[in-house]
Amino acid sequence: MSDSLTVGILYSRIRRDEKLLLEALRERDHDVRKIDVRKERFDIEKPPEAFEDVDVLIDRCLSTSRSLYITRFAESYGIPIVNSAETAQVCADKAHNSLALKEAGVPTPRTEVAFTKETALEIVESFGYPCVLKPVIGSWGRLMAKIDSRDAAEAIFEHKATLGHYEHKVFYIQEFVEKGGRDIRVVALDGEPVAAMVRSSDHWLTNAAKGAETAEFELDDRALELVKKASDAVGGGLLGVDLMETGDDYTVHEVNHNVEFKALDGVVEENVPARLVDWLEENYAEGEQ
Amino acid sequence: MTDDSETVVATDPVTGEEIDVPADVEVGEIIDSPITGAELEVVAVDPITLEEAPELEEDWGE
Ligand SMILES: Nc1ncnc2c1ncn2[C@@H]1O[C@H](COP(=O)(O)OP(=O)(O)OP(=O)(O)O)[C@@H](O)[C@H]1O
Repeated sequence: MSDSLTVGILYSRIRRDEKLLLEALRERDHDVRKIDVRKERFDIEKPPEAFEDVDVLIDRCLSTSRSLYITRFAESYGIPIVNSAETAQVCADKAHNSLALKEAGVPTPRTEVAFTKETALEIVESFGYPCVLKPVIGSWGRLMAKIDSRDAAEAIFEHKATLGHYEHKVFYIQEFVEKGGRDIRVVALDGEPVAAMVRSSDHWLTNAAKGAETAEFELDDRALELVKKASDAVGGGLLGVDLMETGDDYTVHEVNHNVEFKALDGVVEENVPARLVDWLEENYAEGEQ
Repeated sequence: MTDDSETVVATDPVTGEEIDVPADVEVGEIIDSPITGAELEVVAVDPITLEEAPELEEDWGE
Protein backbone atom coordinates (compact mmCIF):
# COMPACT_ATOMS: atom_id res chain seq x y z
CA MET A 1 0.00 0.00 0.00
CA SER A 2 1.26 3.43 -0.83
CA ASP A 3 0.67 6.45 1.35
CA SER A 4 -1.93 8.98 0.42
CA LEU A 5 -0.63 11.72 -1.85
CA THR A 6 -1.41 15.39 -1.91
CA VAL A 7 -1.78 16.19 -5.58
CA GLY A 8 -2.17 19.73 -6.89
CA ILE A 9 -3.97 19.91 -10.22
CA LEU A 10 -3.10 23.16 -11.98
CA TYR A 11 -5.88 24.10 -14.35
CA SER A 12 -7.88 26.86 -15.92
CA ARG A 13 -10.54 24.58 -17.41
CA ILE A 14 -11.63 21.21 -16.13
CA ARG A 15 -11.96 19.13 -19.27
CA ARG A 16 -13.33 15.61 -19.29
CA ASP A 17 -9.68 14.49 -18.98
CA GLU A 18 -9.11 16.36 -15.73
CA LYS A 19 -12.41 15.12 -14.42
CA LEU A 20 -11.41 11.51 -15.06
CA LEU A 21 -8.12 12.10 -13.30
CA LEU A 22 -9.79 13.80 -10.33
CA GLU A 23 -12.22 10.91 -9.98
CA ALA A 24 -9.44 8.32 -10.13
CA LEU A 25 -7.40 10.15 -7.50
CA ARG A 26 -10.33 10.60 -5.14
CA GLU A 27 -11.33 6.98 -5.53
CA ARG A 28 -8.00 6.04 -3.96
CA ASP A 29 -8.39 8.62 -1.21
CA HIS A 30 -5.63 10.90 -2.34
CA ASP A 31 -5.88 14.46 -1.24
CA VAL A 32 -6.64 16.42 -4.41
CA ARG A 33 -6.21 20.15 -4.56
CA LYS A 34 -7.62 21.91 -7.60
CA ILE A 35 -5.60 25.03 -8.25
CA ASP A 36 -7.06 27.56 -10.68
CA VAL A 37 -3.95 29.24 -12.09
CA ARG A 38 -5.93 32.31 -13.07
CA LYS A 39 -6.28 33.15 -9.39
CA GLU A 40 -2.74 32.46 -8.24
CA ARG A 41 0.16 34.85 -7.86
CA PHE A 42 3.60 33.48 -8.55
CA ASP A 43 6.25 35.14 -6.43
CA ILE A 44 9.86 34.52 -7.44
CA GLU A 45 10.72 34.27 -3.73
CA LYS A 46 8.16 31.79 -2.43
CA PRO A 47 5.38 29.47 -3.58
CA PRO A 48 1.70 30.43 -3.37
CA GLU A 49 -0.15 29.03 -0.36
CA ALA A 50 -2.02 26.63 -2.60
CA PHE A 51 1.25 24.77 -3.22
CA GLU A 52 1.89 24.13 0.47
CA ASP A 53 2.54 20.46 1.30
CA VAL A 54 1.75 19.11 -2.13
CA ASP A 55 3.70 15.99 -3.05
CA VAL A 56 3.33 16.62 -6.74
CA LEU A 57 1.78 19.19 -9.03
CA ILE A 58 0.18 18.19 -12.30
CA ASP A 59 0.21 20.84 -14.98
CA ARG A 60 -3.10 20.58 -16.81
CA CYS A 61 -3.09 24.13 -18.14
CA LEU A 62 -4.71 24.39 -21.51
CA SER A 63 -2.70 27.46 -22.24
CA THR A 64 0.82 26.78 -23.47
CA SER A 65 2.20 30.06 -22.17
CA ARG A 66 0.80 29.46 -18.68
CA SER A 67 2.18 25.97 -18.74
CA LEU A 68 5.67 27.21 -19.59
CA TYR A 69 5.76 29.62 -16.65
CA ILE A 70 4.10 27.39 -14.10
CA THR A 71 6.44 24.48 -14.66
CA ARG A 72 9.41 26.79 -14.31
CA PHE A 73 8.09 28.37 -11.10
CA ALA A 74 7.30 24.96 -9.59
CA GLU A 75 10.83 23.79 -10.23
CA SER A 76 12.26 26.94 -8.70
CA TYR A 77 10.15 26.29 -5.59
CA GLY A 78 11.52 22.75 -5.48
CA ILE A 79 8.10 21.16 -5.97
CA PRO A 80 7.89 18.15 -8.29
CA ILE A 81 5.72 18.83 -11.32
CA VAL A 82 4.37 16.63 -14.10
CA ASN A 83 5.62 17.39 -16.68
CA SER A 84 8.91 19.17 -16.17
CA ALA A 85 9.71 22.68 -17.38
CA GLU A 86 12.18 21.21 -19.86
CA THR A 87 9.50 18.95 -21.30
CA ALA A 88 7.01 21.80 -21.56
CA GLN A 89 9.59 23.91 -23.32
CA VAL A 90 10.35 21.28 -25.93
CA CYS A 91 6.77 20.16 -26.50
CA ALA A 92 5.19 23.61 -26.56
CA ASP A 93 6.81 24.49 -29.85
CA LYS A 94 6.76 22.28 -32.92
CA ALA A 95 10.21 23.38 -34.09
CA HIS A 96 11.77 22.45 -30.73
CA ASN A 97 9.78 19.22 -30.79
CA SER A 98 11.10 18.27 -34.23
CA LEU A 99 14.68 19.11 -33.28
CA ALA A 100 14.50 16.99 -30.12
CA LEU A 101 13.14 14.01 -32.06
CA LYS A 102 15.78 14.39 -34.77
CA GLU A 103 18.58 14.69 -32.21
CA ALA A 104 17.40 11.52 -30.49
CA GLY A 105 17.46 9.58 -33.74
CA VAL A 106 13.67 9.21 -33.87
CA PRO A 107 12.31 9.21 -37.43
CA THR A 108 10.29 12.39 -37.89
CA PRO A 109 8.93 14.04 -41.05
CA ARG A 110 11.32 16.20 -43.04
CA THR A 111 10.86 19.73 -41.71
CA GLU A 112 12.27 23.18 -42.40
CA VAL A 113 11.69 26.55 -40.77
CA ALA A 114 11.93 30.00 -42.36
CA PHE A 115 11.28 33.53 -41.14
CA THR A 116 9.99 35.28 -44.23
CA LYS A 117 7.28 34.41 -46.73
CA GLU A 118 9.76 34.57 -49.61
CA THR A 119 12.06 32.00 -48.04
CA ALA A 120 9.08 29.89 -46.96
CA LEU A 121 8.02 29.76 -50.59
CA GLU A 122 11.49 28.51 -51.56
CA ILE A 123 11.10 25.65 -49.08
CA VAL A 124 7.68 24.72 -50.39
CA GLU A 125 8.90 24.75 -53.98
CA SER A 126 11.80 22.48 -53.07
CA PHE A 127 9.57 20.08 -51.06
CA GLY A 128 6.99 19.87 -53.83
CA TYR A 129 3.22 19.58 -53.42
CA PRO A 130 1.37 18.80 -51.30
CA CYS A 131 3.21 19.85 -48.18
CA VAL A 132 2.12 20.95 -44.75
CA LEU A 133 2.37 24.28 -42.95
CA LYS A 134 1.83 24.29 -39.18
CA PRO A 135 1.83 27.03 -36.57
CA VAL A 136 4.75 26.37 -34.20
CA ILE A 137 2.40 26.84 -31.26
CA GLY A 138 -1.11 25.47 -31.25
CA SER A 139 -3.01 22.25 -31.20
CA TRP A 140 -6.10 20.27 -32.14
CA GLY A 141 -5.17 20.67 -35.80
CA ARG A 142 -6.03 24.34 -35.79
CA LEU A 143 -4.54 26.66 -38.41
CA MET A 144 -2.78 23.82 -40.15
CA ALA A 145 -2.63 23.98 -43.92
CA LYS A 146 -2.10 21.35 -46.56
CA ILE A 147 -0.58 23.28 -49.44
CA ASP A 148 -1.43 21.91 -52.86
CA SER A 149 -0.02 24.56 -55.18
CA ARG A 150 2.25 27.56 -55.41
CA ASP A 151 -0.78 29.87 -55.64
CA ALA A 152 -2.15 28.51 -52.41
CA ALA A 153 1.26 28.79 -50.73
CA GLU A 154 1.60 32.45 -51.70
CA ALA A 155 -1.85 33.28 -50.40
CA ILE A 156 -1.40 31.48 -47.10
CA PHE A 157 2.02 33.00 -46.43
CA GLU A 158 0.72 36.47 -47.27
CA HIS A 159 -2.17 36.05 -44.84
CA LYS A 160 0.04 34.75 -42.09
CA ALA A 161 2.65 37.46 -42.54
CA THR A 162 -0.01 40.18 -42.55
CA LEU A 163 -2.58 38.97 -40.06
CA GLY A 164 -0.76 36.72 -37.66
CA HIS A 165 1.05 37.76 -34.55
CA TYR A 166 4.75 37.16 -34.26
CA GLU A 167 4.66 33.39 -33.84
CA HIS A 168 3.04 33.20 -37.26
CA LYS A 169 6.07 34.82 -38.79
CA VAL A 170 7.85 31.58 -38.10
CA PHE A 171 7.03 29.30 -41.02
CA TYR A 172 7.20 25.63 -40.10
CA ILE A 173 6.96 23.52 -43.22
CA GLN A 174 6.80 19.77 -43.38
CA GLU A 175 6.71 17.11 -46.05
CA PHE A 176 3.27 15.57 -46.50
CA VAL A 177 3.31 12.02 -45.17
CA GLU A 178 1.17 9.45 -46.99
CA LYS A 179 -0.09 7.96 -43.78
CA GLY A 180 -2.88 5.73 -45.04
CA GLY A 181 -5.65 7.94 -43.70
CA ARG A 182 -4.77 7.53 -40.05
CA ASP A 183 -2.33 8.30 -37.30
CA ILE A 184 -1.54 6.75 -33.94
CA ARG A 185 -1.82 8.32 -30.50
CA VAL A 186 0.05 6.67 -27.66
CA VAL A 187 -0.29 7.80 -24.06
CA ALA A 188 2.93 6.91 -22.28
CA LEU A 189 4.35 7.22 -18.78
CA ASP A 190 8.12 7.70 -18.89
CA GLY A 191 8.12 5.96 -22.24
CA GLU A 192 5.98 2.98 -21.12
CA PRO A 193 2.77 2.96 -23.17
CA VAL A 194 -0.48 2.94 -21.22
CA ALA A 195 -2.56 2.40 -24.34
CA ALA A 196 -2.70 3.40 -27.98
CA MET A 197 -5.33 4.14 -30.59
CA VAL A 198 -5.54 4.86 -34.29
CA ARG A 199 -7.44 7.91 -35.48
CA SER A 200 -8.85 7.56 -38.98
CA SER A 201 -10.50 10.12 -41.18
CA ASP A 202 -11.12 10.95 -44.82
CA HIS A 203 -9.79 14.39 -43.97
CA TRP A 204 -6.01 14.74 -43.88
CA LEU A 205 -6.28 15.97 -40.30
CA THR A 206 -6.99 12.97 -38.12
CA ASN A 207 -7.10 14.62 -34.69
CA ALA A 208 -9.70 13.23 -32.33
CA ALA A 209 -10.62 16.87 -31.70
CA LYS A 210 -11.52 17.10 -35.41
CA GLY A 211 -13.89 14.18 -35.15
CA ALA A 212 -11.72 11.33 -36.46
CA GLU A 213 -12.83 7.76 -35.82
CA THR A 214 -10.87 6.01 -33.12
CA ALA A 215 -9.99 2.38 -32.40
CA GLU A 216 -7.59 0.57 -30.11
CA PHE A 217 -4.15 -0.09 -31.60
CA GLU A 218 -1.66 -2.82 -30.74
CA LEU A 219 1.91 -1.48 -30.69
CA ASP A 220 4.61 -3.65 -32.26
CA ASP A 221 8.23 -3.74 -31.08
CA ARG A 222 9.34 -0.96 -33.40
CA ALA A 223 6.55 1.34 -32.21
CA LEU A 224 7.40 0.53 -28.58
CA GLU A 225 11.02 1.41 -29.22
CA LEU A 226 10.09 4.73 -30.84
CA VAL A 227 7.68 5.70 -28.08
CA LYS A 228 10.41 5.15 -25.50
CA LYS A 229 12.95 7.11 -27.52
CA ALA A 230 10.53 9.95 -28.23
CA SER A 231 9.63 10.16 -24.55
CA ASP A 232 13.28 10.26 -23.49
CA ALA A 233 13.94 12.89 -26.15
CA VAL A 234 11.65 15.37 -24.39
CA GLY A 235 12.50 14.44 -20.81
CA GLY A 236 9.87 11.77 -20.06
CA GLY A 237 6.74 12.10 -17.93
CA LEU A 238 3.09 11.83 -18.91
CA LEU A 239 3.08 12.25 -22.67
CA GLY A 240 1.11 11.78 -25.84
CA VAL A 241 3.28 10.44 -28.65
CA ASP A 242 1.83 10.82 -32.15
CA LEU A 243 3.05 8.54 -34.94
CA MET A 244 2.18 8.00 -38.56
CA GLU A 245 2.70 4.79 -40.52
CA THR A 246 4.88 5.19 -43.58
CA GLY A 247 4.48 1.70 -45.00
CA ASP A 248 7.65 0.04 -43.77
CA ASP A 249 8.23 2.14 -40.65
CA TYR A 250 6.78 4.87 -38.47
CA THR A 251 7.47 8.55 -38.27
CA VAL A 252 6.84 10.50 -35.06
CA HIS A 253 5.36 13.90 -35.83
CA GLU A 254 5.08 15.18 -32.30
CA VAL A 255 5.03 14.62 -28.57
CA ASN A 256 2.34 16.37 -26.52
CA HIS A 257 3.10 17.37 -22.94
CA ASN A 258 -0.43 18.16 -21.84
CA VAL A 259 -1.96 15.07 -23.28
CA GLU A 260 -5.71 14.58 -23.57
CA PHE A 261 -6.65 10.99 -22.85
CA LYS A 262 -10.45 10.98 -22.74
CA ALA A 263 -10.79 9.75 -26.31
CA LEU A 264 -8.23 7.02 -25.69
CA ASP A 265 -9.87 6.00 -22.42
CA GLY A 266 -13.12 5.66 -24.30
CA VAL A 267 -11.80 3.12 -26.82
CA VAL A 268 -9.30 0.93 -24.98
CA GLU A 269 -9.68 -1.85 -22.39
CA GLU A 270 -7.15 -0.23 -20.10
CA ASN A 271 -8.37 2.18 -17.43
CA VAL A 272 -6.14 5.09 -18.44
CA PRO A 273 -6.73 7.44 -15.47
CA ALA A 274 -6.19 4.56 -13.02
CA ARG A 275 -2.84 3.85 -14.64
CA LEU A 276 -1.88 7.49 -14.28
CA VAL A 277 -2.65 7.30 -10.59
CA ASP A 278 -0.58 4.09 -10.23
CA TRP A 279 2.31 5.91 -11.79
CA LEU A 280 1.91 8.94 -9.51
CA GLU A 281 1.85 6.63 -6.49
CA GLU A 282 4.96 4.80 -7.65
CA ASN A 283 6.90 7.98 -8.28
CA TYR A 284 5.72 10.57 -5.82
CA ALA A 285 4.62 8.79 -2.64
CA GLU A 286 6.64 9.66 0.49
CA GLY A 287 10.25 8.60 0.09
CA GLU A 288 9.83 7.65 -3.57
CA GLN A 289 11.37 10.80 -4.98
CA MET B 1 -21.22 6.04 -8.86
CA THR B 2 -23.16 9.11 -9.78
CA ASP B 3 -25.94 8.56 -12.21
CA ASP B 4 -24.98 10.52 -15.34
CA SER B 5 -28.56 11.52 -15.93
CA GLU B 6 -28.96 13.24 -12.56
CA THR B 7 -29.36 16.98 -13.07
CA VAL B 8 -29.93 20.10 -11.05
CA VAL B 9 -31.26 23.47 -12.03
CA ALA B 10 -29.02 26.53 -12.47
CA THR B 11 -29.42 29.95 -14.03
CA ASP B 12 -28.11 30.55 -17.52
CA PRO B 13 -25.99 33.72 -17.18
CA VAL B 14 -26.71 34.84 -20.74
CA THR B 15 -30.49 34.50 -20.88
CA GLY B 16 -31.32 34.41 -17.17
CA GLU B 17 -33.42 31.31 -17.77
CA GLU B 18 -33.25 28.15 -15.73
CA ILE B 19 -31.31 25.26 -17.26
CA ASP B 20 -30.55 21.67 -16.25
CA VAL B 21 -26.92 20.87 -15.53
CA PRO B 22 -25.37 17.55 -14.48
CA ALA B 23 -25.42 17.22 -10.69
CA ASP B 24 -21.78 16.15 -10.50
CA VAL B 25 -20.19 19.20 -12.20
CA GLU B 26 -16.90 20.49 -10.81
CA VAL B 27 -15.73 24.06 -10.40
CA GLY B 28 -13.77 24.89 -13.55
CA GLU B 29 -15.83 22.64 -15.78
CA ILE B 30 -17.32 23.95 -18.99
CA ILE B 31 -20.84 23.11 -20.07
CA ASP B 32 -22.71 24.16 -23.17
CA SER B 33 -25.82 26.21 -22.59
CA PRO B 34 -28.80 24.23 -23.90
CA ILE B 35 -30.41 27.55 -24.81
CA THR B 36 -27.70 29.52 -26.61
CA GLY B 37 -25.02 26.88 -27.11
CA ALA B 38 -22.53 29.26 -25.48
CA GLU B 39 -19.80 27.80 -23.29
CA LEU B 40 -20.46 28.34 -19.62
CA GLU B 41 -17.97 27.93 -16.82
CA VAL B 42 -18.96 26.49 -13.47
CA VAL B 43 -17.60 29.00 -10.95
CA ALA B 44 -19.27 27.58 -7.82
CA VAL B 45 -21.15 24.40 -6.99
CA ASP B 46 -23.12 25.08 -3.86
CA PRO B 47 -25.35 26.31 -5.40
CA ILE B 48 -24.20 25.84 -9.00
CA THR B 49 -23.23 29.20 -10.43
CA LEU B 50 -22.41 29.70 -14.09
CA GLU B 51 -20.56 32.42 -15.96
CA GLU B 52 -19.77 32.89 -19.62
CA ALA B 53 -16.56 30.97 -20.27
CA PRO B 54 -13.50 32.79 -21.58
CA GLU B 55 -12.91 32.48 -25.32
CA LEU B 56 -10.61 29.76 -26.53
CA GLU B 57 -7.19 31.19 -27.20
CA GLU B 58 -4.74 30.28 -29.87
CA ASP B 59 -2.07 28.85 -27.60
CA TRP B 60 -4.57 26.50 -25.96
CA GLY B 61 -4.38 22.80 -26.59
CA GLU B 62 -2.50 19.66 -25.78
N1 LIG C 1 3.37 15.91 -42.24
C1 LIG C 1 2.13 15.44 -42.22
N2 LIG C 1 1.63 14.73 -43.27
C2 LIG C 1 0.37 14.26 -43.27
N3 LIG C 1 -0.48 14.43 -42.26
C3 LIG C 1 -0.07 15.11 -41.18
C4 LIG C 1 1.27 15.65 -41.11
N4 LIG C 1 1.41 16.26 -39.92
C5 LIG C 1 0.24 16.12 -39.29
N5 LIG C 1 -0.66 15.43 -40.02
C6 LIG C 1 -2.05 15.12 -39.64
O1 LIG C 1 -2.57 16.25 -39.00
C7 LIG C 1 -3.00 15.96 -37.69
C8 LIG C 1 -2.59 17.06 -36.73
O2 LIG C 1 -1.19 17.17 -36.73
P1 LIG C 1 -0.36 17.59 -35.44
O3 LIG C 1 -0.49 16.52 -34.42
O4 LIG C 1 1.00 17.97 -35.88
O5 LIG C 1 -1.18 18.88 -35.01
P2 LIG C 1 -1.64 19.43 -33.62
O6 LIG C 1 -2.50 20.59 -33.93
O7 LIG C 1 -0.44 19.66 -32.77
O8 LIG C 1 -2.52 18.27 -32.97
P3 LIG C 1 -2.55 17.69 -31.48
O9 LIG C 1 -1.70 18.56 -30.63
O10 LIG C 1 -3.98 17.72 -31.08
O11 LIG C 1 -2.00 16.31 -31.59
C9 LIG C 1 -2.37 14.64 -37.33
O12 LIG C 1 -3.27 13.92 -36.54
C10 LIG C 1 -2.12 13.99 -38.67
O13 LIG C 1 -3.23 13.21 -39.05
